[in-house]
Amino acid sequence: MWAFLARRVAATIPVLFVVAVLVFLMLRLTPGDPAAILAGDAATGDQIAKIRASLGLDRPLVVQFGIWFANLLAGDLGESFFYKMKVATLIGQRLEPTLALATLTIVVAIAVAVPLGVAAAWRFGGWLDRALMGFSVLGFSVPVFVLAYILIYVVSLKLGWLPVQGYQRLGDGIGPFLRHLVLPAITLSVVYIALIARVTRASVLEALGEDYIRTARAKGLPEIRVLVRHALANAAVPIATVIGIGVALLIGGVVVTESVYAIPGLGRLTVDAVLARDFPTVQGVILFFSFAYVLVNLLVDLSYVLFDPRIRY
Amino acid sequence: MPPRGVTTLMGASDLDALSVEARAVRARATAWDRMRTNWSVRLGGAALAVLLVVALAAPWLGTVDPTLFDAASRDLRPGEAGEITTLDGETLKHTFLMGSDSFGRDIYSRVIYGTRISLLVGVASALVAAAFGILLGLSAGYLRRLDGPLMRVMDGVMAIPAILLAIALVGLWKASLFTVVVAIAIPEIPRVTRLVRSLVLTIREEPYVEAAVALGTPVPKIMFGHILPNTIAPLLVQGTFICAAAILVEAILSFLGVGLPPDIPTWGNIMAEGRVQFIAYPHNVFFPGIFLAVTVLAVNILGDGLRDTLDPRMARRL
Repeated sequence: MWAFLARRVAATIPVLFVVAVLVFLMLRLTPGDPAAILAGDAATGDQIAKIRASLGLDRPLVVQFGIWFANLLAGDLGESFFYKMKVATLIGQRLEPTLALATLTIVVAIAVAVPLGVAAAWRFGGWLDRALMGFSVLGFSVPVFVLAYILIYVVSLKLGWLPVQGYQRLGDGIGPFLRHLVLPAITLSVVYIALIARVTRASVLEALGEDYIRTARAKGLPEIRVLVRHALANAAVPIATVIGIGVALLIGGVVVTESVYAIPGLGRLTVDAVLARDFPTVQGVILFFSFAYVLVNLLVDLSYVLFDPRIRY
Repeated sequence: MPPRGVTTLMGASDLDALSVEARAVRARATAWDRMRTNWSVRLGGAALAVLLVVALAAPWLGTVDPTLFDAASRDLRPGEAGEITTLDGETLKHTFLMGSDSFGRDIYSRVIYGTRISLLVGVASALVAAAFGILLGLSAGYLRRLDGPLMRVMDGVMAIPAILLAIALVGLWKASLFTVVVAIAIPEIPRVTRLVRSLVLTIREEPYVEAAVALGTPVPKIMFGHILPNTIAPLLVQGTFICAAAILVEAILSFLGVGLPPDIPTWGNIMAEGRVQFIAYPHNVFFPGIFLAVTVLAVNILGDGLRDTLDPRMARRL
């Protein structure tokens, strides 16, 4: 088992390296002179030359990458042009709201989707099953920001139950913290729920067709125990996989959701940085999100060992 | 792979002359027949046909030039009448079916013309992603030495969340129709590559490929003449879903302000401009939003239907 774990961890290194190379190349491959882009439209020739020298853009590409990568490994993501502080610090500041939103969304999504999927598979062909499939297609199709505005309109403006926008820190009290996060979390979780419920239903359906389910029922076990301890446990691997893959959708959704609900997190930072042409920040945020995504998927892969003792390669 | 259906007409007496297998092939419904009768394909296809007509017939659907504005007609509610000034300086009476925005532009016209851009971006992105994915997937699947490094790079691209990558790419290049299409297509390429590659790996073992190799057929002809035609069905399904995703991503990009320039009316742009006054004038956001949701829904339903008819094996997964 430890060999499996070690091998999985080692397999992520090439991927992370490729991501670093891609992010590095993105700026260097833009049409036009990177130094001129960084300097802005109103810069003089001298200013551009100074920027080029200070950023080492006149050195060969491989040398540039080496320096940048070495800095990266030391945790130095460069300095933001716009915010005038280290990118790493900036990310640290904006991390809490995004992390809070993402965690709440994942928890809500799993708590809602998995039971729904199991129930739909249990009563295959019934009204819940068909309603779920219909909802699932809707969930993929209605864009996050449209849903956000619908929810704001109905819940905040017409009913007045929850605040329209904004974010309250956890340190200021858990009540306001949750009240401001409920709508964003629900909005963001819809797509995730659609995805997870669909896969749960398919996977549990397959598990319910197996002989051991028949044995478990013949033994007289309560149906709940059959569904959870036997069917769901064996269906868990694809569900965990899709939860991992769904994090990519989650990250994309976070950017939009934070924009609509005015939450000062990493998603908003990305958009602001792109609009301000603040490339070090853009690079830093993309690296951060990509690494987080790879990490989550690694954890999911490692969790397979818990679900299925047969996995040992 | 399932054999392609025979479509020539044959008389009843001819059937007796066929072998047992040939008769079975003739009697089985072709993929085209299954597609025509599938409920999802019909619904999605019909909805898309309507949208296509709307997009093409935009100038004749009671619209005005979407860039026209009139200070006297600002922020009208849906259904209110007002005026609009044409480029020649004439002032026309006009009923603003979906209301007007803060510049006095007709939302209805902008939404209708926005249909063109969305459909165009959706199809173009899907085609670009498919083209590159096919090339890379064929290469990775058939040419062993390219497989390893190519798939590592694809894994790397897939590790970056699609919307982030699209935002960064459009932000780095100038915002134009071309850059948006490419920026949306690039994150979708790895998935197509993976699909084509896995198909190629299976098809490579088929007897007819072995025969072609034995006959000395040049490699490109094998790749494009023998292997590629048998990958069309799953590719079509994948392409439909890419189209749906592309329409969504374009709207998101425009909504965030990193998409197409604001003078081109797209649903995302209309919503971006309208969001500031959402609380007082929600019609700015809701009308384009509904069109967006319906379009993406139609494409997704069509994709589901195509997947169920063209490859029943795929229907059981996801």
